[in-house]
Amino acid sequence: MTPTDPTTATADTVLEVADLTVQFPTDDGLVQAVRGVNYELRRGEVLGIVGESGSGKSVTSLAVMGLLPGSAQLSGSVRFRGNELLESTDKELSRVRGQGISMVFQDPMTSLNPVYTIGDQIAEAIMAHHDIRKDAARRQAVELLDLVHIPHPEQRAKSYPHELSGGMRQRVVIAIAMANRPDIIIADEPTTALDVTVQAQILESLRTAQKETGAAMILITHDLGVIAGQADRVLVMYAGKVVESGSADDVFYRPRMPYTLGLLGSLPRLDVKTDRLTPIAGSPPSVVNMPPGCPFSPRCPLAEEICDTEEPPLEAGSDPDHLGACHFAYRVEGHDPTELFSTAASDATPLPAGTNDGEVR
Amino acid sequence: MTEAATVPSTTESDRTPVLSVRNLVKHFPVRSGGLLRRRIGEVHAVCDVSFDIYPHETLGLVGESGCGKSTTARAVLNLQPATTGEVRYDGTELGTLSSKEMRQLRRSMQIVFQDPYASLDPRIPVNEIVAEPLRIHGLHEDGGKERVRDLLQTVGLRPEHGNRFPHEFSGGQRQRIGIARALALEPRLLVLDEPVSALDVSIQAGVLNLLQDLQAELGLSYLFVSHDLSVVRHVADRIAVMYLGKIVETAPAEQLFQSPAHPYTQALISAIPVPDPRKERTRQRIVITGDVPSPVDPPSGCRFRTRCPKFADILTDNQRQLCKDEEPQLVDRGQGHPSACHYAEAAQLL
Amino acid sequence: MPDNPKSDIDPSPPQVPETKASGAGETLAGPARTEREFTVAQRSQAQLVLRRFLQHRLAVASLIVLTAIVLLAFVGGALWKYDVGQFTPDESQAPSWEHPFGTDQTGRDMFAQVLRGTQISIGIAVLVALFATIVGTIWGAVAGFYRGWLDTAMMRIADLVLTLPLLAVAAVLGHNVGGTWWLIAVVIAGLYWAYVSRVARGVVLSLREKEFIEASKALGASDARIIFKHLVPNALGSVIVNATILVAIAILLETALSYLGFGVVPPDTSLGLLVSQAKTAVSTRPWLFYFPGLFIILIALTINFIGDGLRDAFDPQQTKVRA
Repeated sequence: MTPTDPTTATADTVLEVADLTVQFPTDDGLVQAVRGVNYELRRGEVLGIVGESGSGKSVTSLAVMGLLPGSAQLSGSVRFRGNELLESTDKELSRVRGQGISMVFQDPMTSLNPVYTIGDQIAEAIMAHHDIRKDAARRQAVELLDLVHIPHPEQRAKSYPHELSGGMRQRVVIAIAMANRPDIIIADEPTTALDVTVQAQILESLRTAQKETGAAMILITHDLGVIAGQADRVLVMYAGKVVESGSADDVFYRPRMPYTLGLLGSLPRLDVKTDRLTPIAGSPPSVVNMPPGCPFSPRCPLAEEICDTEEPPLEAGSDPDHLGACHFAYRVEGHDPTELFSTAASDATPLPAGTNDGEVR
Repeated sequence: MTEAATVPSTTESDRTPVLSVRNLVKHFPVRSGGLLRRRIGEVHAVCDVSFDIYPHETLGLVGESGCGKSTTARAVLNLQPATTGEVRYDGTELGTLSSKEMRQLRRSMQIVFQDPYASLDPRIPVNEIVAEPLRIHGLHEDGGKERVRDLLQTVGLRPEHGNRFPHEFSGGQRQRIGIARALALEPRLLVLDEPVSALDVSIQAGVLNLLQDLQAELGLSYLFVSHDLSVVRHVADRIAVMYLGKIVETAPAEQLFQSPAHPYTQALISAIPVPDPRKERTRQRIVITGDVPSPVDPPSGCRFRTRCPKFADILTDNQRQLCKDEEPQLVDRGQGHPSACHYAEAAQLL
Repeated sequence: MPDNPKSDIDPSPPQVPETKASGAGETLAGPARTEREFTVAQRSQAQLVLRRFLQHRLAVASLIVLTAIVLLAFVGGALWKYDVGQFTPDESQAPSWEHPFGTDQTGRDMFAQVLRGTQISIGIAVLVALFATIVGTIWGAVAGFYRGWLDTAMMRIADLVLTLPLLAVAAVLGHNVGGTWWLIAVVIAGLYWAYVSRVARGVVLSLREKEFIEASKALGASDARIIFKHLVPNALGSVIVNATILVAIAILLETALSYLGFGVVPPDTSLGLLVSQAKTAVSTRPWLFYFPGLFIILIALTINFIGDGLRDAFDPQQTKVRA
């Protein structure tokens, strides 16, 4: 029953993403936002996707929902309960959205309509997919508000979005997301704009929503702490690719990719006193006209010649469920960040290109 | 080292605070929307805040949005003058200074901002941004250019890139430019207003390390304002926790994490997720309900009582009455450090 | 054309996302984390503006046409075989190779007249643009920077200027300055700077809350330094856009004044005066009316389109990349 253990959960796959690529033509060239992402989502599990700005973690899920702008060029496959979503018509997609997959965004105001009461909005979400009367839908709406821990749900249902705080609004969005008992809830940075004490409440509401509906959840965030507490399985993304995937314990305790290790080492911890952090030198690469090789190699302490020419595949080591995309994964596993990364303070590679020094402005 | 704040220091000068804030109050008027724009209320952004910062010390000022931490930081620098109360830098009270004297004093205390994208003028090359403080104070004539090069080097940037514009740099690099600018006048106190919150994790660490190094090399004092307790634990010697315009607890960093006494501090510590799945699964959570009340009309008595788990679940009605009637003072109630809770009780959370 | 040199610069600097589009986050809860899901190399503001402007076809076409008109007026006017006031023996002739725009009843060559009128219109445009922009920007920046009573006082003065019936005041003043074209330009600018000042004030009001302004204050910068070094340069984009559109209006106002007889007076001439003089000839000698009219429309229209193009180019919302 508890979805925390993926092995006892029913192993059937609700979502299968294969070789997904997303590109945006821009003035500057082709932006390769997502470059071949593969993953499976099993019923009832929580999949955490973690990555920094520009890693493609949000675009990946927008692609799943069919919410990318028209200019986006997609390839690969996204199968929801066996149906290919990338080839679906808008009409079919609308049926999937809300009823099959629902989404919680970072800013709740983007998904709430300011001129309707929140009760009406939840009721409408229910009626869009179910043939029930308005008053029944409204009753359900109040129940949902109660479920996500909104105090005095009956009165609150009559409020307008602007009358609520950011945390309350986010809970309303979660209530809407679970209204039609979806199979998947995608939460894209659901707590980033909120204070930590409110974040704790929202994460709890999300958990409730997920348990109540039995849905699988994709939790996208930049916060490794949130991932550690919520996710059963973790995907680490970098420069449009999954660079590591595995169970939360594997990824956090035995990372196989230097980037993951570096991230963990650059994080100040609440629970232990750290004297010195180990930053990752440089900054994430531009995803326009990406050079060949491993995208992390310019920042990687282990990089050798092969890293600049050949992009490492996502491969398993001894454990078939724990994948890492690094030529030297065996040298990463079991090490402490301080053993690999320097603790120097300088940004050792400012503007590493240095090639356009002679550029005439 | 960790006990720096409690152990009497060796020299007298070390015990003279660089910055001393007493009973700082900052109110913002709330005006009606109409033509007359009548004053219809006041935002009590900062209410009676007092603290000291000693040489070579980092004081972490922590709190959630709207707690008044950034307003406090700006009042310290006299960027937004305090409504009442005093701010003394090295014994000089800022409120009594003429604007000319204030300008001189600004050489001693500088600020680094949160948003590296908004804090650098997009139309000015980096050399000029770093040189600006020198020009303002007439120091650029003699050796200004070398000084700028040195500063860029100090913050870990390549001086050759000085003729570029801010947009050509990444967020972390821009934040370093902001730090170089703040260092140009050789200040003794740096106010750091959420200096790493806008940066990606992998970039954050480099800037934090830089700040540590600069403090060690230059003997700076920091007022480190942040919403992130993890970051503050890493950098601060002492920590003051703010809630709704007031300091609710203050303690040496390690003590605050070992034995937090105020229910808000406890809730804050327990709400912050740690990147450790096993610990996360077994951690005891103190979840507080609701949102921060409006600072226009704060609750009577203890400001935290509307969300306080102790008030809601543990206290008797008689005890609650005290919370409603009387504002708890920030004093040591036997936990070894001051906290503003009538029923303060140290807890072990980590 | 700019594609080639850029493509080899672009991939080099690995940039972290631009946050301009979502920069309103500071007032939100704690972390103003501004995420963007992919990154592109950034260009300087000037490059971006130029590139966006070039994508506005109508504006580029307008710029070409306007440039051609300016060249024709100043270079062509100087080289043309007839002078403005020169009487030729050909009276009331329809357009021909000898007189492309025909002649009037006294034998003056219309082509020379129209070119001279165009010179005046463009001269007025440039003067109004300079004068109104400089005065208006400083006025608005000072008011917006200091806020409070100074702002109120300065903006009430600007409002007062805006409430004046433009045409009437310009007519009275313009008449009294004796029909000299540049004095008329000064009069028009004296009435138009107030528009610019409102725009400048609006921009400065939002800029002054930016952290880089606060940073300058914290460094001890004087107010004058903050205004002229940081606020005005950053406000210039929006001001230029609005000034452009004002210029088109200014040209039309001069035309109207001259038409009514309060503007430029003979023997000098202007497009408005030419139209006015030809008003009785519309049916008999239409070329006297239509050619100056066409130039008025062309100049006003092209400047308007250029203003549109500039506005789109300066508008950050126009970013092609999904934010």
